[in-house]
Amino acid sequence: MKRLFLATTVVALGVTAVFALWVTPPRAEQGFDAVRLLYLHVPTAWIAYLAFGITALASLLWLVPRTRDTAWDLLAGASAEVGVVFTALTLLLGSLWGRPAWGTWWEWDARLTTTAILFFLYLGYLALRRTGATSDERGKRSAIAALIAFADVPVNYLSVTWWQTLHQQGTVFNKNLNVQIDGSMAFTLILAVVAFTLLYGYLVLERFQLAQLEEGREARELELAIAERLRTEHSEVVPA
Amino acid sequence: MTFLRDALLVAGKDLRIERRSRVALQQIVPFGGIVVMLFAFALDSDRTLLRQAAPGLFWAAVLLAVLLAVGRSFSIEEANRARDGLRLSGLDGGSIFLGKAAAVAVELFLLEVIVGAAVVVLYDVSIRGVVVLLCAAVAATLGLAATGTVYGVLAGGLRARETLVPLLVLPAVMPVMLGATRSFQAALDGTPGDAWPWVQLLIAFAVLAVTAGTVAFGPLLEEA
Amino acid sequence: MLGRFPALAGADLEVDTGEVVLLSGPNGAGKTTLLRLCAGLLALRAGEAEVLGVDLAVEPRRVRRAVALVGHETFCYDDLTVAENVRFVARSTGHTTADADGALEQVGLARVMNVAHGRLSQGQRRRLSLANALARKPLLLLLDEPHAGLDEHGREVLEEVVRAAPGAGCTVLLASHELDLARRLATREVRIVAGQVHPMPVAPAPTAPAAQAAPVEPELEART
Repeated sequence: MKRLFLATTVVALGVTAVFALWVTPPRAEQGFDAVRLLYLHVPTAWIAYLAFGITALASLLWLVPRTRDTAWDLLAGASAEVGVVFTALTLLLGSLWGRPAWGTWWEWDARLTTTAILFFLYLGYLALRRTGATSDERGKRSAIAALIAFADVPVNYLSVTWWQTLHQQGTVFNKNLNVQIDGSMAFTLILAVVAFTLLYGYLVLERFQLAQLEEGREARELELAIAERLRTEHSEVVPA
Repeated sequence: MTFLRDALLVAGKDLRIERRSRVALQQIVPFGGIVVMLFAFALDSDRTLLRQAAPGLFWAAVLLAVLLAVGRSFSIEEANRARDGLRLSGLDGGSIFLGKAAAVAVELFLLEVIVGAAVVVLYDVSIRGVVVLLCAAVAATLGLAATGTVYGVLAGGLRARETLVPLLVLPAVMPVMLGATRSFQAALDGTPGDAWPWVQLLIAFAVLAVTAGTVAFGPLLEEA
Repeated sequence: MLGRFPALAGADLEVDTGEVVLLSGPNGAGKTTLLRLCAGLLALRAGEAEVLGVDLAVEPRRVRRAVALVGHETFCYDDLTVAENVRFVARSTGHTTADADGALEQVGLARVMNVAHGRLSQGQRRRLSLANALARKPLLLLLDEPHAGLDEHGREVLEEVVRAAPGAGCTVLLASHELDLARRLATREVRIVAGQVHPMPVAPAPTAPAAQAAPVEPELEART
């Protein structure tokens, strides 16, 4: 089942690569091939935020007593680990693309800046996950941290937007919801998003299963310890 | 309402400890002052540049000081297992949160007045738009104190708490940094009207932070 | 749970109002864990536990105000005076300053009311813990190695407190290594070894006043 998933992902990525590199034309006004980076940058940005959303959702499900399950905590962690990588990629690609487009390696525009803050929120969250003693304690603290950070992102975005606007306003959609870039580019972009989402899903699945194995090993060790305790020293009761 | 009375009790306790130990006054405020000087060296004591950058530099210094204040607020709970004492008191988590955050806020106000004076003197700033400055400062301080207190209890008792709290707090309070700096800039530029959207943002942030803290503090105080 | 290892597994215990139960046993057997569980500080992983009519699996926090835990640490703030600390405990649990001052009298610490906690000796700190407990007027008194660090006078105070407890409708759980001293005070002894509870032959009953009938019988049963 997982292999099918992996295969689909690889195929989707392959097709995307073909479209991105050969089928679509280079952007006329910006007149260079670097626009093809868009096919990477937009999907990675989408994944960066999607992953964070999944982390927040999984955290919420963990916090609610009725749906509490260690699996949600592990999923939150797995999604964050994949997400932080994609966030770093987004920033890197944004910078690489921006250089020819803006003339600088960095611009303090709303979206890129918010993504940079998101990157640090991720790092804090992941650092927090590494200090918890028991899985319950870790689960609770990181879940609350994730939700606070999740609520913080729109506030950050709002404030940064008021502060700066330079990023290409809605390359795909403008206010009237018309697609601004032409047919084959739009198609490739959507294809890329789908392919990358599949990639994200596969990576999270792998990481999640790994985390489950780790948890399982700890649980077994715990059971052994309990059995030890109950068995030994049973005859140790010495009347004073 | 016992809720508020309990919060006052906790705030009073924290402030009384500060009055005895004088850590905020003798360590954190001077820290703020040193940071102000640090920035002056960083910008080559360029008068014009410093005056222009004053709002941002002031709030950067305050943000760094918040980290120390919050760290102190929770380190007093570590000794003698006072944290367990708080749990055993049966005080509502929300009350404890409000009390501790309020105490941090009071210390911050004190710091802002003193460090603000230092900025005015060292960066050659003329004060205008006092009403805006005050409103922005109050809202920003409440937001900072509340956010810091939430992360303080969240990381309390964990390994590497001292380095973890700054990493958690600073990205989260970027909106406050932006809002406070822009408001102060507008006030000092003589266009206080421009500040109001930012002040509203600061107020909204403070409300969110206080709400989140009141709800989350109790569960976070528990061991697991 | 201590980290990943269960501290109490297979413990069965029932205690009635007004009893003074001695918990004996080697270090690491689970005595402290049991006491902290009864105080509502620890989460119950499996089994049932009911203290003062409150189900610990559901809402452990409700017992806290009615319970007093005297452990190795005082839960106090070093910068505050003895009086300020005890009054904080009293007022945060819904009692009065007078209750606090009375408790200090009872343990003989009234002389050092205005001394900072950080400057107290070990013996004084142990008595302060007792004062904190008394100021809360608990229904269940949990004593973890209370004899340790107490001098002659302190031990007399401890004995008075424990003897007076049943008369005030208070039940006592006492964990101790000082078996001679403790057995004089206890109505019953129970030995805890490797997380399991083993009742001991009943010691000669001390002259404790008959237990008052309480509206709810405290019951503690933790079993995996």
